[in-house]
Amino acid sequence: MKKILSVFVLLVLLFLCLCSCHGARSLDEFVMPETFDESRTYELNFWAKNDTNKVQTKVYVDAIADFEALYPNIKINLNLYSDYGRIYNDVITNISTKTTPNICITYPDHIATYLTGVNTVVPLDGLFENEKYGLGGSEVKFDSPEFSELVPQFIEECKLGDYYYAIPYMRSTEACYINKTYVEKLGYEIPDILTWDFIWEVSEAALARNDDGTYKINGQKVLIPFIYKSTDNMMIQYLKQSGAGYSNDGGDILIFNDETKSFLKTVAEHSHGAFSTFKISSYPGNFFNAGQCIFAIDSTAGSTWIGSKATHLDISKENLVEFETIVKMIPQVKPNEPKMISQGPSVCIFNKDDPQEVLASWLFAQYLLTNKVQISYAETEGYVPVTLKAQETEEYKNYLSRSGEDNDFYYKIKIEASKILLENRKYTFVTPVFNGSASLRDAAGDLIENTVKSVNRKETVDDAYFEKMFGRVNSLYRLDQRNPSGALSKTEFHGLPAASVTLIVILCAVWLGIITVFIISRIRAKNKSNLHNK
Amino acid sequence: MKKTFAIALALTMIFALFACTNTEKPDVKGPGVMTYAEYKAAALNDKVVVETYVQAKQSWWDNKGTFYTQDKDGAYFIYEMACTEEEYKKLTPGTKIKVTGFKSEWSGEIEIIDATYEIEQGSFIAKALDATSILADDEKLIAHQNEFVSLKGLTVEAYDDSGAAFAYKNAENKTDDLYYKVSKDGKTYNFCVEFYLCGKDTDVYKAVEAFKVGDKIDVEGYLYWYNGVNLHTTSVKAAK
Repeated sequence: MKKILSVFVLLVLLFLCLCSCHGARSLDEFVMPETFDESRTYELNFWAKNDTNKVQTKVYVDAIADFEALYPNIKINLNLYSDYGRIYNDVITNISTKTTPNICITYPDHIATYLTGVNTVVPLDGLFENEKYGLGGSEVKFDSPEFSELVPQFIEECKLGDYYYAIPYMRSTEACYINKTYVEKLGYEIPDILTWDFIWEVSEAALARNDDGTYKINGQKVLIPFIYKSTDNMMIQYLKQSGAGYSNDGGDILIFNDETKSFLKTVAEHSHGAFSTFKISSYPGNFFNAGQCIFAIDSTAGSTWIGSKATHLDISKENLVEFETIVKMIPQVKPNEPKMISQGPSVCIFNKDDPQEVLASWLFAQYLLTNKVQISYAETEGYVPVTLKAQETEEYKNYLSRSGEDNDFYYKIKIEASKILLENRKYTFVTPVFNGSASLRDAAGDLIENTVKSVNRKETVDDAYFEKMFGRVNSLYRLDQRNPSGALSKTEFHGLPAASVTLIVILCAVWLGIITVFIISRIRAKNKSNLHNK
Repeated sequence: MKKTFAIALALTMIFALFACTNTEKPDVKGPGVMTYAEYKAAALNDKVVVETYVQAKQSWWDNKGTFYTQDKDGAYFIYEMACTEEEYKKLTPGTKIKVTGFKSEWSGEIEIIDATYEIEQGSFIAKALDATSILADDEKLIAHQNEFVSLKGLTVEAYDDSGAAFAYKNAENKTDDLYYKVSKDGKTYNFCVEFYLCGKDTDVYKAVEAFKVGDKIDVEGYLYWYNGVNLHTTSVKAAK
């Protein structure tokens, strides 16, 4: 009997050891509690990004203080980053150690990667609809927007596969900031809707020099007529406007096509001085404000840094040049069918062992959608509130109507940049989100950066060059190693990989075999001893 | 005993002499490697090959490391050089490396980008060059771009209209750069404590946090450029 017991204990121990070898237990799926337990205290970590803007930090700090006053049992620790990429990297690192933040400002592309972990990010559909604690819920202690009061397009951007994994926080787009004085001095009239051809033509015309080597248009030794901040957006928007492939909802990579090549050839033609990028030269706004750039394309969320009367300056005042700035929609391929990207931060909630903690996180995330937070944050830059509820307030309408009253809170370029998105929402689009879409975005930008660098380095940029670069970028970003059926669904994320399933089946079979052999040997031994006894 | 002592003394002297000779020895560049003068003369976007010595490391990120390096003739800022995290750890101050990359300019900062490297035999740590006398002379100062320098007798100025003596890039968590302004002989300069070089627990970060407008200070750091000189400060002391 003792022997059997010790073998059994040994087997149990071995089984536990084997189980533990499979890594830390993944989180259970979040189940919504019936009620929020306010007798307990919760400490939540909120990772956010500010744009080196003290007012934005203050909005977060005030929002936290207001929320904590309503929910004294919830404490929010704010951790601010100045770069979305760093947040993404830190989240990835913390997923494996189960030390993700509770609430995180992020992009849907990034969430798609986070979702490769089992039950890592909380699907929000159930939370949205919950009568007590959902959007506009009866037990929510603040004036929360209802689902129908979210801008439909913006909330749809947070749907990955069949589920919502985020709520929008702020939205922006890209805008073209133009030195109107210089364009007109060059003899051009700025059209209502810019085209790529117009920008390339004016940029080339601006390169005329004086005998002393200075540029005629600005009398300076430095001029880069056209600078693009985010070359990934440049490529993505151009392809969308051209009707060419980038990717699709199934996660297929379509970017390596003839239209891409044709656009890169155009970029190469103008990279002999007419065009550069942020990564290669510096912030478009710095050149622009110094009268060294005529067309600066940057996010509307960076508008307070652009223009000779800009609220924020990154160059010394003595380098600032006086000129008239105007802001327009980004250049288009077909002006009668404009298309521009919708971008901006969203908020996701990370799953935890304690569902009450998750519910507390949801309450805070929801608080970020209240009018006060939405309006005050949107007013810090060329952002747009993500709720119709906030957009339709008299406070926000009044703010928009006072464009240009000063060069600070009512800075004209900032408010006009916001209006570009508000007035053209129907022309915005987002790119398909799948595990790998963040890499594809990086690859899109790299194609342009590499082309400009190669022209600068006097390398031969021809068809063979592009073919070679396509192959290199495809491989560098592992776009060629992806499972082409990248469509997102909950089952896909939450199911175990085939290799794990096979391993578990084999382990079970082995254990079953061991136990069977053990039982058979015991029965045989018993039978033998019975025979001997007879 | 006396004999042994005399031999030991002689040997010590010989070693000391060798050590002196080594520091004085000019950098002899390997085949195909540019001298600092050749590097300086190279045009932007040219391919460059230099032998240099790591002086400080700024950061490692996504299999790329950023380094302040210097040889006996000048300095080279190497931005996002391809290296694994393990390799980055091995590139300690003094390490000699042969770097192949492209000369580039970002906001006035001359740097080597898209670089690869090989570790070579040798070690060198630069002493701070006193650049106080050339601080106001842009042309002379830029000739020492990226070098480890000291600047003496500077006055801390108000950073902005609030009258603060410095500014955080991220005041909430102190996970980013510190900015401050100093003046010397009527000219004002924007300097910085680069967080990835000197984080919030370093003496220099704490020293800048303790600044008061009007403080007289001596500083050391790397002569980085960002729309003008922008010392990446590594030490601050009260002016002597």
